[in-house]
Amino acid sequence: MTTSTVTAATSATTPGPSAAPDPARTRLRRRVARWGFVAPAVVFMLLFFGYPLVRNVLMSFQHYTPKTFFTGEAPFNGTDNWSSVFQDVLFGKALWHTLVFTAGSLLGQFCIGLALAVFFNRRFPLNGVLRSLILLPWLVPMVVSGIVWRRILDQDTGVLNTFLGTLGLDGDTPWLTSPDMALLSVILVNIWIGIPFNMVILYGGLQEIPKELYEAAALDGASAWRTFRSITLPLLKPVITVVLVLGFMSTVKILDLILALTDGGPADATQTLGTLTYQNSFVELDFGAGAVVGNVLIIVSAVFAVFYLRANRTEGK
Amino acid sequence: MNSSTDETYHRWDAEAMARCGKQLGVTIEQQSVPAAQVMTKALRMASSKSLPDIVQFDASEMPTFAEAGGLVDLRTLGLSTDDVPEGIVDFGSYKGTYYGAARSVNTLALFYNKDILDEAGVRVPTTWEELRRTAKQLTQGKRYGLALSAGGAEDGVFQFTPFMWSNGGDETDLDSPQVVGALDFWKALLQDGSLSKSTVNWTQADVNDQFMAGNAAMMINGPWQVETLNTKKSLHWEIARIPVPEAGADSVGPLGGAVLTVPRTGDAEREKTAGRIVACLAGEKEQLTYALNSWMVPANEKAAAEWRTQVPELDALADQVAAARSRTAKLGAGWSGVSLALQSAFQSALTGQSSEAALQRAQRRATSGN
Repeated sequence: MTTSTVTAATSATTPGPSAAPDPARTRLRRRVARWGFVAPAVVFMLLFFGYPLVRNVLMSFQHYTPKTFFTGEAPFNGTDNWSSVFQDVLFGKALWHTLVFTAGSLLGQFCIGLALAVFFNRRFPLNGVLRSLILLPWLVPMVVSGIVWRRILDQDTGVLNTFLGTLGLDGDTPWLTSPDMALLSVILVNIWIGIPFNMVILYGGLQEIPKELYEAAALDGASAWRTFRSITLPLLKPVITVVLVLGFMSTVKILDLILALTDGGPADATQTLGTLTYQNSFVELDFGAGAVVGNVLIIVSAVFAVFYLRANRTEGK
Repeated sequence: MNSSTDETYHRWDAEAMARCGKQLGVTIEQQSVPAAQVMTKALRMASSKSLPDIVQFDASEMPTFAEAGGLVDLRTLGLSTDDVPEGIVDFGSYKGTYYGAARSVNTLALFYNKDILDEAGVRVPTTWEELRRTAKQLTQGKRYGLALSAGGAEDGVFQFTPFMWSNGGDETDLDSPQVVGALDFWKALLQDGSLSKSTVNWTQADVNDQFMAGNAAMMINGPWQVETLNTKKSLHWEIARIPVPEAGADSVGPLGGAVLTVPRTGDAEREKTAGRIVACLAGEKEQLTYALNSWMVPANEKAAAEWRTQVPELDALADQVAAARSRTAKLGAGWSGVSLALQSAFQSALTGQSSEAALQRAQRRATSGN
C-alpha cells in the first residue's frame, strides 16, 4: 500500500503530458482529501483526549507529589497507589454512593422527565410558556443551584422545613445534616436539575412519532396505557437510550453539586468517586491516588459507552 | 500572587504594594486567586517555570510547598526576625527554616451578643462547664446559645483545635482521651440543643451569618468577620477568650493567617528584590496598617503593642494569639491528611457515633497514609 502511494505521489508531482484522468491519481486525491478532513479531528482528539488520558493512566502508577512539579521526577511505584486506594474504606463507600446516586438520579429524572414530555406533547394553552419555564433549572449554573439548595434545605432556617412546619408536617427534617438523609437529599436536588434535559430530549422524540399511529390506535379502541406501551415506548426507544447514556455519563462524575451542597459530608455520607478524586488530588495533593480514582471513573464510563455504541449499532441495522 | 479576591483586601494590598514599590523603586503587580486555588495554581506555575516572585500562602499550606523545595530561606535574603515573637517565627517556618513572613495573624475567639447576655443577666463563660450552662440558658425559641462550624473542610478542623488543644489533646494522637473528651464536649452541646444540628454543614461564614441574624447568642469565630459584623449597626458584640476545660487552664487557639514567601525562581537578583519587598510589606509600619484594616493582629511585637492601644476591644484576641499554636508545627505537610481524618471523625460523632470509635478510625486513617 505504501509503495503505491509513493509512486502515485511522484507521478502527481510530474505534470503528465495527457489531460486524461488517471484513475490512480483521482483515487489518491480522494484519499488525501478524506484524510485531510479527518486530520483536524484526529489531532484534536489525540491532543486533548488521548494525551490527558494516557498521562492519567501513567500517573496512577507514579509517586506523584508536589515535589514532582519542581523536579519533574515522578518515580514509578508499581501498583502502590492502586492497592492503597482499594484498601481505603472510603473508596468502597464512595463507589457505593456513586452507584446509588447515579441510579437514583437517573430513575427520578427519567420518570419525571418522561411524564412531563408526554404531558406537554398534548396541545393546551400556555404549553410553550410552561415548557420554557421548566427549562430554568438547566440554565442555572450547578454551583448556584447547589448554594441555593443548601439554604433551602437548612434544618433550622431553611425554607423547606419552615414550609413543612406550617403545613403541620415534620418541620425538623435533617436534610443535609444527617448522614442517613444527606445522600437522598443530594439525589433529590440532582433530579430537580436533570428533569429539563430529560424532558426536552424525550419531548423531541415524541414529536417525531407520526400522529397517524395514534389515530389508528384510537380507532382500534386502544386504551391510553396500551397506546403508550405499544406505540410510544417502542418508537421512543432510541431516544431513551441516548437520554439514559448521556445522563449516566454526566451523573456518574458528579462533583460541583456535591461540593456546593455538602462537601462530601456529613461524615463522608455523600462522598462519591468525583469528590474523592478531587480530595485526593487537590486537598491532600496525592496526585497518584487521585489519578487511580479518576481512572476507575473512566473505566466505569467506558463500559457504558460500549453499551451505548452497541445499542446504536443494532438500531442502525 | 495572593488570595485577596475580596474587593477590600485587594485594594488594601494594592495600596501597600504601591507604597513599598515606590520606596524600593519597583513596580509590583498583584494577582489574586481564590484561597483554595493558590496551592494548585502555584504548583502548575512551578512546573511551567512561571512562578511569581512572591506568593502568599495560607500558613497551613506553606510546609507542603516548602517540602517540595519550592521556597527560598527568607533569612538568606536578609529578613530579620528580631521583633517577631518565637511562636510566629515558627508559624512561618518549616523544619527550622524561616520561609514565610506573616504580616498579621489571627486566631479564634468567643464572640458574644452583649445585649442578649445582659438581658439574661449572665456572665461571659470562661470554662467549658460555664459555656455549656450559659449556652443552654441562652437557647430560646429559634435562637441557639452557641454557633460554631463543624463543616467538612478545614474550617471545622480549625474550630475544633482550640477545644482539642486546651484539653491537652494533640493532632498526633487523635484517639487519646483528651481529644475524645473535647469531642464529647461538642456532642454534649449538641445534645443540649445549644448548638444547631446544622452545625455539621456550616462554614465559618455561615456561623457568622447566623450570629448576625440573631440566631445565636455566642459564636466561635475569627477577626476576619469583624468587618462584616460591623455592617450591622444594631448588633453589639464583644469578644472573649475561648472557654477552657477547667478554670486556670490555658486557652490554646489555632494560629491562622497567611505568610509571604519567595518561591525559588532561579533568578538570584529577582529573589533578592522579592525579599526586600516582603521585608517592606511585613515591616512594622505596613503590618500595623494592614492589621488595622483587616482586624487581625500584627505579627511584629512592636506593631502589636501599638495595635492594642488602637483597638482595645480586640485585646482578648491579642492574648489568644500570644498563646496560639500553629497547626502544622508538628506534622508539617502531613497536616492535610490528619485534617481530613479529623473532619470525618467529628462529623460522624456529631451525627450519632461514639466519639471514641470515630476518633479511633480517624487515627487509623491518619497513620495509614491515606
